[in-house]
Amino acid sequence: MSSVPADLQYTKSHEWLRKLPDGTLEIGITDHAQDALGDLVFVEVPEAGRSVTSGEACAVVESVKAASDVYSPVGGTVVAGNSRLVSEPESVNKDPYGAGWLMRVRPNGAMPAEELLSPAEYEQFLAKEEG
Amino acid sequence: MGRKTPLFPLHQELGARIVDFGGWDMPVQYTSQIAEHHAVRRAAGVFDVSHMCVVDLKGPRMRDFLRTLLANDVNKLKTPGKALYSCMLNEAGGVIDDLIVYFLNDTWFRLVVNAGTRDKDLAWIRGHAAAIEITERTDLAMLAIQGPEARAKMAQLLSAAGATAALGLGPFVGREIDGWFIARTGYTGEDGFEVMLPAAEAIGVWRKLNALGVASCGLGARDTLRLEAGMNLYGNDMDENTNPLESGLAWTVALDAPERRFIGRDALEEIEARGVPRKLVGLVLEDRGVLRSHQKVVTAGSPTSESGAAGAGAAGEITSGTYSPTLERSIALARVPANTGSAVQVDIRGKLLAARVVKPPFVRSGKSLIN
Repeated sequence: MSSVPADLQYTKSHEWLRKLPDGTLEIGITDHAQDALGDLVFVEVPEAGRSVTSGEACAVVESVKAASDVYSPVGGTVVAGNSRLVSEPESVNKDPYGAGWLMRVRPNGAMPAEELLSPAEYEQFLAKEEG
Repeated sequence: MGRKTPLFPLHQELGARIVDFGGWDMPVQYTSQIAEHHAVRRAAGVFDVSHMCVVDLKGPRMRDFLRTLLANDVNKLKTPGKALYSCMLNEAGGVIDDLIVYFLNDTWFRLVVNAGTRDKDLAWIRGHAAAIEITERTDLAMLAIQGPEARAKMAQLLSAAGATAALGLGPFVGREIDGWFIARTGYTGEDGFEVMLPAAEAIGVWRKLNALGVASCGLGARDTLRLEAGMNLYGNDMDENTNPLESGLAWTVALDAPERRFIGRDALEEIEARGVPRKLVGLVLEDRGVLRSHQKVVTAGSPTSESGAAGAGAAGEITSGTYSPTLERSIALARVPANTGSAVQVDIRGKLLAARVVKPPFVRSGKSLIN
């Protein structure tokens, strides 16, 4: 069973979002996603200052097996990409909700709340996907 | 639901992630693909390769038949148990499959062919065989035990005489030992054995190997190991639309006996006379990133679009690419124009990244062959 922290929001494409005190959103991939990908060997994160639209592919995580796009669940401006992952992509496997965060985005408008899942909804979604 | 090998219940018990591979439900990894890869390079690992198709061919004129069927020449096989790697070609010189053929005696040869090509292979063989008895050995499971410690570990499962016999096998030789067919072959670039044994015994043997410290390894590690070893994968690096000469397999095509008119020979001789336009090379990515199959390869002189990405006329294509756990960088096999030099660029998501052209293998017996 993969871990789904109670204090985060989720997407159907297996990203998580954390609201930071400064109003920005920290975004990463879920424990389920890192486990499905396997050992990560390459991570590409967006540079600060880049504008992203909701649903835009803006980071790439690659395991030995496959490359996978990571989508920004919100539109806004990237304030930071986690550049440590360039040399330590395995952080995403080891700590997907902590050191393995991918990017921080300052949202430019209303949150697309209807597309985000609560922890319980994401767990249900996973159960259905795995079922 | 795909077909399952006799080891399937054990894979599930061991927590393997199961994927479809050529119609079979196979373990892609147990714990970590990279850890499994290193286990084989540094110690020993065991793979379930029971999905591969073992076919016994028996008949009075086996050599004549196989000398027509296969592009390599089974007359190279002089002593019983000796194996040969060969392509089986169609009339156009395209590769129907690559396989291993064992010479067991003058009326009995054994083929090991790919799982995904089983049906068409058997149909092709039957279509060309007269008075040959063809038996698919579905009663056998096959394990590959690979790595610098693999032979010694496997020998511990044998009788004293059996261990001596197994450890005395030369490279690419197999024989019946203690009721199992044990061959010193593999697909990893490491020493080791491939063992064909009665299906019912396979799980017990696997458990004993695990107890001796041999790691359970999935098809994920098998793929990174074979690619580091510069070995082709059928369906990726060659298929019916490509020939051995443009697939790095010219060394497996025996053209020395002019009277041996094997299937595909006429076409290959014509292609060779005109000059083979493409070749299969190794690539080492100089930049960060991961090479993957179907990425476009740009060589000096090949057209690019205005954005700098590979244009429609990109010169070549990656056939197999991965991250190499041993080299800690990305490697690939690519089919490129014959005149390609020592440096190319690869289009990865619209960016052109530098790659060096090398001669495979990348790794052999645990050691990097790349500077």
